[in-house]
Amino acid sequence: MNEIAIHTENLSRHFGDVKAVDGLTLDVPAGAVLGFLGPNGSGKTTTIRLLLGLLQPTAGQASVLGWDTRTQAHEIRWRCGALLEHTGLYERLSAEDNLEFYGRIAHLPATERRARMRELLERAGLWERRREPAGTWSRGMQQKLAVARALLHRPQLLFLDEPTSGLDPEAAAALRDDLERMVQSEGATVFLTTHNLAEAERLCQRVAVIRRGRLLDVGTPQELRARAGGGAVHVELYGRGLDERVLALLQARPEVTSVHPHNDHLQIELRPGSDVAPLVTAVVGAGGQVEEVRKGSASLEEAFLELVREEAPPPSQAASQKEGAR
Amino acid sequence: MSERGSASLWTDVATVMWKEWRELLSPGRRGSGRSGWLSIAITVGIFGIFLPWQMGLDWVQSPMALVYWGWVPLFLVSGVVADAFAGERERHTLETLLASQLPDNAILLGKLLAAVSYGCLLTVAGLLLGALTVTLAFGQGRLLFYPTLVAVGGAVLCVLASGLAACAGVFVSLRAASVRQAAQTLSIATMLLIFVPVYGLQALPASVRAAGLAWMSRQNSTTVLLAVLLVLAALDALLLAAARLRFQRAKLALNV
Repeated sequence: MNEIAIHTENLSRHFGDVKAVDGLTLDVPAGAVLGFLGPNGSGKTTTIRLLLGLLQPTAGQASVLGWDTRTQAHEIRWRCGALLEHTGLYERLSAEDNLEFYGRIAHLPATERRARMRELLERAGLWERRREPAGTWSRGMQQKLAVARALLHRPQLLFLDEPTSGLDPEAAAALRDDLERMVQSEGATVFLTTHNLAEAERLCQRVAVIRRGRLLDVGTPQELRARAGGGAVHVELYGRGLDERVLALLQARPEVTSVHPHNDHLQIELRPGSDVAPLVTAVVGAGGQVEEVRKGSASLEEAFLELVREEAPPPSQAASQKEGAR
Repeated sequence: MSERGSASLWTDVATVMWKEWRELLSPGRRGSGRSGWLSIAITVGIFGIFLPWQMGLDWVQSPMALVYWGWVPLFLVSGVVADAFAGERERHTLETLLASQLPDNAILLGKLLAAVSYGCLLTVAGLLLGALTVTLAFGQGRLLFYPTLVAVGGAVLCVLASGLAACAGVFVSLRAASVRQAAQTLSIATMLLIFVPVYGLQALPASVRAAGLAWMSRQNSTTVLLAVLLVLAALDALLLAAARLRFQRAKLALNV
């Protein structure tokens, strides 16, 4: 297998004046789980369609598993699995027939097909209900079935377009568990679009952030957090007696850039490289009773928000961009 | 991964046909039971029992039976083919299908042939059952069957008429925003197909009509049947080519 599973160079797709994907240059290493993050209408779905060869780029080029998306899309589709915006399940057919259809499409021999269907349905906890029409299932179960369908032919690369979107928190967490387990056991490269940052942080080794079709940043979640905070240290201080006097003391210290009371604790931001211990000593000296100190850098959510924070596009542009991506 | 090539095209076509048939025979969306089988039973019952029993010996002896061989598959195929692409689009399954390993021709031909096989199988089943009905009701111990010209010509007519409806249906369904829109367009097209020749002939000057009828009366029935089959075959080929031109993965993917 190529060491780079996905390579795009200046990849662009325009719909009239709307630049759904705009000069995207990105490498995804083989075997990695890449989180492709962006607000609604940022070009995530269009990027997947371009990579699967379902859309032709306006400019630039892309290769997936070494195959050109313009001229060798069929080869790409043989090696990839996809869970797109909709589950794509035939609701009047049973779960078993849905998998049977895609197993036949992948030319899996009958015995291998049945064994693989059983393996995936059992792993997703759906085996006992395989003969029920997929349309009678809950959305969470349908999503699990769609993931199983995408994995059926053991693809080298898996595209997952917002797999937990629209699920209740419990179903989303269950699907995330399944995804993590399935991805680990299959060893495939995964291109996961989401705007759920907890999901990205948990599942992805690398994260790319896109807004209005342009790539804003790419790296590990840790790298993005570090870059977003500029190395700043975030501290949460829990305890009693953290009153106005303590607040004033902290604000006066040179390493402190900001202090905010938040519910039952103080949120403190320190300059890069600052030591937390002297700060705690000072608070205790001022009469504060410290029970717990939490130290960390910016969360992925903060990093994401910082990256995408910009004046919102005019409503007409936002609407037409979404329309174009559809 | 399995070997792929031109030989596998027909495997893929069969796979698409398998799925289409499973959907045709599946219970309705509201769990209304075996609605697919029920509609087939009603259709075969009407054309295999009710109408032959009403028409008696004419059902198997009159060349007018050829009208049924041509009209029934048109009616049957039009009823299901609107769903081919418009239905996939409406139910949000089209994009996943397009993202699959299936080649364009397999998707298009699979859907066409599923509709054609549906029309042909039901028509032939109805007509065989019709011959049996007439035999049992009016045969007085004799086995009654269609004349050779009607049987052979009718079988070809059935395939070509199914093909015409399937190609036209797929062509319309590829662009239609919904199944309803595709079905309405097809209904209008079917009505035009029936009424334009009828009213068109009436609109011709009497002398032209008389000359046409005189020419027809000089031809034998085999020649007339062959001419009809040739026209149908040409229309089938034309519509199939148009459907292939219209089937563009990138355009379909944009409109899912």
